[in-house]
Amino acid sequence: MTTTSVPATSTAPITRTRPRPSVRARLSQPRIRGWVFLLPLIVVNAVVVIVPSLFAVYYSFTDWSGIGPATFTGLTNYRDLLADDEFLNGLWHNIIWTLFFLVVPMTMGLFGAYALTRITRFRLLFRVLFFIPYIVASVVNASIWESILNTQSGLGHVLGINPLGDPDLALWSVMGVNNWAWWGFLVVVFLAAMQGVNPSLYEAAKLDGAGPVRQFFSVTLPGIRPTFAFLGLMTIIWSFLAFDYVYVMTQGGPAGSTDLLSTLLYRDAFTNLSAGYASAVGVVMALISTAVVIVYLVIRKVKDWEI
Amino acid sequence: MSITTSATTVAPSGATHAGPRARRATAGTRAGIPTYVVLTCLAIFSVGPIVLFFFNAVKTQQDYGHSSLGLPGSWQWGNFSAAWTRANMTAGIVNSLVIVVGTAAITCVVAGFAAYALARLRVRGGSAFMTLLLVTSSLPAQMFLVPLFYAWAKAGLYDTRLGLVIIYVGLFSPFATLLLRSFMLTLPREFEEAARIDGAGELSVLFRIVLPNSLPGLLTVALVTGLSAYNEFLFAVTFIQNADLLPLSTTFFSFQQGFSQDYTLVSAAGFIMIAPMLILFLALQRRFIDGLSSSGLGGT
Repeated sequence: MTTTSVPATSTAPITRTRPRPSVRARLSQPRIRGWVFLLPLIVVNAVVVIVPSLFAVYYSFTDWSGIGPATFTGLTNYRDLLADDEFLNGLWHNIIWTLFFLVVPMTMGLFGAYALTRITRFRLLFRVLFFIPYIVASVVNASIWESILNTQSGLGHVLGINPLGDPDLALWSVMGVNNWAWWGFLVVVFLAAMQGVNPSLYEAAKLDGAGPVRQFFSVTLPGIRPTFAFLGLMTIIWSFLAFDYVYVMTQGGPAGSTDLLSTLLYRDAFTNLSAGYASAVGVVMALISTAVVIVYLVIRKVKDWEI
Repeated sequence: MSITTSATTVAPSGATHAGPRARRATAGTRAGIPTYVVLTCLAIFSVGPIVLFFFNAVKTQQDYGHSSLGLPGSWQWGNFSAAWTRANMTAGIVNSLVIVVGTAAITCVVAGFAAYALARLRVRGGSAFMTLLLVTSSLPAQMFLVPLFYAWAKAGLYDTRLGLVIIYVGLFSPFATLLLRSFMLTLPREFEEAARIDGAGELSVLFRIVLPNSLPGLLTVALVTGLSAYNEFLFAVTFIQNADLLPLSTTFFSFQQGFSQDYTLVSAAGFIMIAPMLILFLALQRRFIDGLSSSGLGGT
């Protein structure tokens, strides 16, 4: 990479005039030294992420309660998962969640960003305003919408519905709130990508008589395809990790209508004291995101994309 | 993968200065009033709920009970001080400050060392290592949450601020490393080479030359990790139970769970929590937006 090519050109004239001192030669064992500089990162990442993840894989094959010894039970947890209605219910909600986030925020983000590329004034102002909900803590965002949606004095009262208490509506309400906090982030990322598209392509399209919509589909969208694909991938991965809004707003209720794999796992681990079973849920979640990443990498390889 | 996003997002945003302005002459004629109307509606959709939240924070309880969607009849500024004391927010702010500053500082050090190695020292297997970082940072937190919880309980780190800081550093430093690395790659090498020829070791090159020149990158990392630590909920609610050690996110959450009958005070407490970040964001919005949009942090 650049690390190897740049010094060769930039230092060569200098080093040739003055030979390196022998102390330097002893000290410069770059390969070893590099890893010494990486050590703090490796240690903290191993302690917090990698080792506990490996333990999770191990515990997923046991009946561990979280306290005391764990007995190896083989694939029992995984077999139980397949027959567990709560698990299948959570998985189904995660799939709905993923589809919703692939469609609604992506559309809003693309639309917002494209509209911003076509205006001259207040672009930065709109960018900031759209982005604000993203920097507000999820607990507070949840609370903001609980008071807006409430059935005594809010939208629930005005419209005569119970957005968070009706099993048919609750999941959609929570997804809507999470989308409200999320789509502005996509605007910003898409906007940055769209500003990298060669302007002469738009000029050419205009000369061919393409209107704004046609330009979007023929110039903008192909131009930002790497970003689009990447955000689609991350949307799928993140959709399987969604937790905060459900946990704060509905705790998975009413009647499991907003339960996700993450909230199910949390309940299994810390309320039902079935840490082994919860670990199995976690491993399934990890397998899903790994599979998504692999599919993405394969497509990228086949289609020869840059990112 | 974050490397590639930073390549697609950070780089063009640097070009915003020249690109769009150069295009303005032609672009300006394309969009008209309808575009502005739609964008304004979307802006109201984004910010309106936060404004309503502020209105609810200064309402009387009857006022709120009448409608949570309108202007307050009278402005109850006392709600803020009442919420402050009843939600135990002094402790919350102190704890959040300790956790945020600790996380941001340690992440900068850990990521500074690692980014320097990946940007400047020839590390055998460096690119494989970065791929590994990306893989570990896309693992679902819920998977390692449970073993980590019981490990922290054993190690005496459960229910301590230090324990939470270590977790945040572990979660955020891979992204911080990749962001800092791409920043360091843009720095000129001449000064470093000169210092090396004068016999400076790698540590003094790092501390005397590279890190001072990387201050903008470090500031971005500090802001992004600080914001993420401030807003983080899952680990905070799992790893801190002691009411005196709760950071603001869980201070607010437990206040809301206990006081849900008085939503004006809950709103006031929530507004107190988000106010510092709103101010910081508005003051440093470009750096925040560029840093956050190049990150894979905080998906939900």
